Amino acid sequence: MNAVVNNEYYPDVLRQQIAELEKESVLPALATGPVSRRGFLQASAAAGGGLLLAFGLLGSGTAEAQQAGGGGARPAGPPPGPQFNPGAYVKIAPDGKITLYSKNPEIGQGIKTAFGVILAEELDAKWSDVTVEQAPINSAVYGAQFAGGSLSIPMAFTSLRQAGAGARAMLVAAAAQQWGVPAAECSASDSAVTHAASNRTLGYGALATAAAAMPVPALQDVKLKDRKDWKLMGKRTTGVDNYKLVTGQPLFGVDIQLPNMKVAVFEKCPAVGGKVASANLDEIRKLPGVVDAFVLEGTNKVSEVMPGVAIVADNTWAAFSAKKKLKVTWDETNASKDSWTAFSAQAKEAAKGAGAQELRKAGDIDAGLKGAKKTVEAFYTFGFISHANLEPQNTTAWYQKDPEGDKLEIWGSVQIPDGARTTAANVVGVPPARSTLHQLRVGGGFGRRLMQEFVSEAAAISKQAGGIPVKLMWTREDDMGHDWYRAGGFHALKGGVDDKGKLVAWSGHAISFSDDTPGGNKRAVNGGGWPSPGEFPADYTPNYRLAQTLSPFHIPCGPWRAPGSNTAAWVVQSFMHELSTAAGRDHAEFLIETFSNKQPAPAGGPGGGFGGGGLNPERAIATIKSVVERSGYGKPLAKGRFQGLAFHFSHQGHIAEVAEVSVDKNKKVKVHKVWVVGDIGPIVNLSGAENQVQGCIVDAISTMSQECNIENGRVKEQNFDSYKLARMSQAPVVDVHFLDTNYPPTGVGEPAFPPAVPAICNAIYAATKHRIRTLPITREGFSVA
Amino acid sequence: MAKVKLNVNGTDREVEVADDQPLLWVLRDELKLVGTKFGCGIAQCGACTVHLNGNPVRSCSVPAVAVAGQKITTIEGIAQNGTLTAVQKAWIDHDVPQCGYCQAGQIMTATALLRQNKNPSDAEIDSYMQNLCRCGTYVRIRAAIKSAAQALNGSAS
Repeated sequence: MNAVVNNEYYPDVLRQQIAELEKESVLPALATGPVSRRGFLQASAAAGGGLLLAFGLLGSGTAEAQQAGGGGARPAGPPPGPQFNPGAYVKIAPDGKITLYSKNPEIGQGIKTAFGVILAEELDAKWSDVTVEQAPINSAVYGAQFAGGSLSIPMAFTSLRQAGAGARAMLVAAAAQQWGVPAAECSASDSAVTHAASNRTLGYGALATAAAAMPVPALQDVKLKDRKDWKLMGKRTTGVDNYKLVTGQPLFGVDIQLPNMKVAVFEKCPAVGGKVASANLDEIRKLPGVVDAFVLEGTNKVSEVMPGVAIVADNTWAAFSAKKKLKVTWDETNASKDSWTAFSAQAKEAAKGAGAQELRKAGDIDAGLKGAKKTVEAFYTFGFISHANLEPQNTTAWYQKDPEGDKLEIWGSVQIPDGARTTAANVVGVPPARSTLHQLRVGGGFGRRLMQEFVSEAAAISKQAGGIPVKLMWTREDDMGHDWYRAGGFHALKGGVDDKGKLVAWSGHAISFSDDTPGGNKRAVNGGGWPSPGEFPADYTPNYRLAQTLSPFHIPCGPWRAPGSNTAAWVVQSFMHELSTAAGRDHAEFLIETFSNKQPAPAGGPGGGFGGGGLNPERAIATIKSVVERSGYGKPLAKGRFQGLAFHFSHQGHIAEVAEVSVDKNKKVKVHKVWVVGDIGPIVNLSGAENQVQGCIVDAISTMSQECNIENGRVKEQNFDSYKLARMSQAPVVDVHFLDTNYPPTGVGEPAFPPAVPAICNAIYAATKHRIRTLPITREGFSVA
Repeated sequence: MAKVKLNVNGTDREVEVADDQPLLWVLRDELKLVGTKFGCGIAQCGACTVHLNGNPVRSCSVPAVAVAGQKITTIEGIAQNGTLTAVQKAWIDHDVPQCGYCQAGQIMTATALLRQNKNPSDAEIDSYMQNLCRCGTYVRIRAAIKSAAQALNGSAS
């Protein structure tokens, strides 16, 4: 658990939420709840690893009841007839329809389908009988509910299996009782229980009511299926919302329509920290369709509400049109003056020194470098990038005046719903217990929606507008101009190999930023520097040093898909290739040799993360060997084609990738094919996992051309005309292969990303003998074709 | 403000709109057809793609008054009597979506492509499909378009 809580690249709000859940057993709250409830499966999972609780509820604490009671936008009313409802995860109606509740936000990582598959597998439900619904947001029932860190699968895999298996056991018990036979003689399959000896079968629908009266099994008595008996897990399952998506049904935050709802826009100072000096509010209020316009003083915290001007209008276009006519004079006394040009010059100076703080040391780096047969020095630079979720940030909030105490209701596309809700409630002075949040499908997460200031903004606007439901819509320009950017940064390196070409010394100096945003924590910015001091090759080099130098930065930086790793992998894996090249070695052999060279663990512990035990060199080597074999790396290629190889471990995923490119005379890089081999443990939904990997590769290619230029505290790129996403023609063929292993499973939305850029850059080197040391590659005269 | 008659998905609708109000915001806010998405507002991303007389247009950049009386088809209107089109089916079969936000626009563009070119090559798909997918589902979009083409052509085979 602590590995999660202490993981530096999670935002504070996520760490706090997980820590709260860890601290506070949810079970006592249930026992003293207002309605008689029985714990399902007991909450002993809390002790075993302390992740989240595998319990469900019987009785009124069901998903449906939560949902009906929770929000005005969903139909309320009594449940339709008696039904088996063994928990917050599973509902079986007498007609045999099975509803499974997916507790975490769906952000495009496919979790709604994956969670459904896990539950259905252990429940032995026929997939065509199953509907998967977004579970209501209620941490008292579901424990932590968030989408981030590729953690949904590792944190919920076992507890969801237990929930499904527990429900199955109750159905089997009901059938056995009805037939007067021992439960052990019965088996479940395809939503039915069978007693083979007497050739009798009953469907789950027919058993539902009787099953609800069966004793609730204890967690230790629930038998999970053997992997060889899995029918759904490991196979390809198409997304549960695909029909709705291809027919254009409302699913996303932006799609919410409420009676009497108004649409709001919010203009903040383009340089964070600026305040409203004056604005042409009278003029704006007279514009057609405009209901109100006012200054929000805000809380002066970037994670809540920064000062700005809100415009409330009858519809989106009226709001957007008024925003274009809005003239604000900003007081920029305390606003950001950050400049990338200035930081770049500063970093080059800093690189000459040893670094302000030493983060890690092993052996004797000076002696190691001195004794090396060959040494290499390099300075790597990566720019700031934006999340650019295609669904711009938005939230619908309704601050409701109430004689018993005001309330707040939120409809949002967010990654940490409880964090968003409680923060927004506090901002508008509503006790969090009197707030609710309806989680909607998220039009792209990538870490952006772990930061959720737009929710607080919507709540504050609804309150100040007099307590009307308001949908806050950010324009694309708002979105790109007020992101929590993937921090740019610099890394100065020295490395050495011995006379056998073996890695003997590695000295890294990360030059990054500290969070000096309004309300910021002054620590290293999120995902800006290094994933952890133990990051590879820390434990695989006899003489190792890692240092960092931080400059205060005023613009928010936040988690961006595989935070820290997404740049560290590029730096490390490119420099590894520089070293193997200097040594004249085959790169695959050099990588495998380095992973075979694990050093005794120094103080500070290994790098890595959650659950699965960190970087495992055997798993690393296995993926490298497999990707070499599949891609033919090292063998002759078609004329003009060149390959590059890279490996990275993050989020418990061991991933090796080979990219094949060609580069023309104009330095246009065509990525033809990328081979990916991953060890992420057993696969839940193969189609979803492959989709994530393919997406990671395309995303990585996008970032090779992207940059947010920051000058005078402002981000220059405001829309997709200047900030380029990869288009169809840039998408390579992607060969995805997962090793069949039994390590604890993990998500793959992040770990497949980091190796891609270094693999491509290593291929560019093979093609051109030019080492890309700057991202975007356009800064070195290259471009992606 | 102006009153405009639009033919949307085969039904005549009369709406009052601002003179410069893009079709996108008429569809979404006035007609509550929210399947068509807002992504950039400057015709770059294609999330707002609809058909105007059968041709794909970026509805964020087309004023509603300019298309009065013309035939508009949105993602909600391509399936006939609840039967999905070959393109929609291929999208499900290939499990194309990740977040899914851009997919309505992708499907509208792909539908128009296959109307103009029954058997597009990879290069033709790449050059026609200019919609952005932030999740990077292009690999699957390409495969789904080919499957849909096959289904449309091959119903004979």
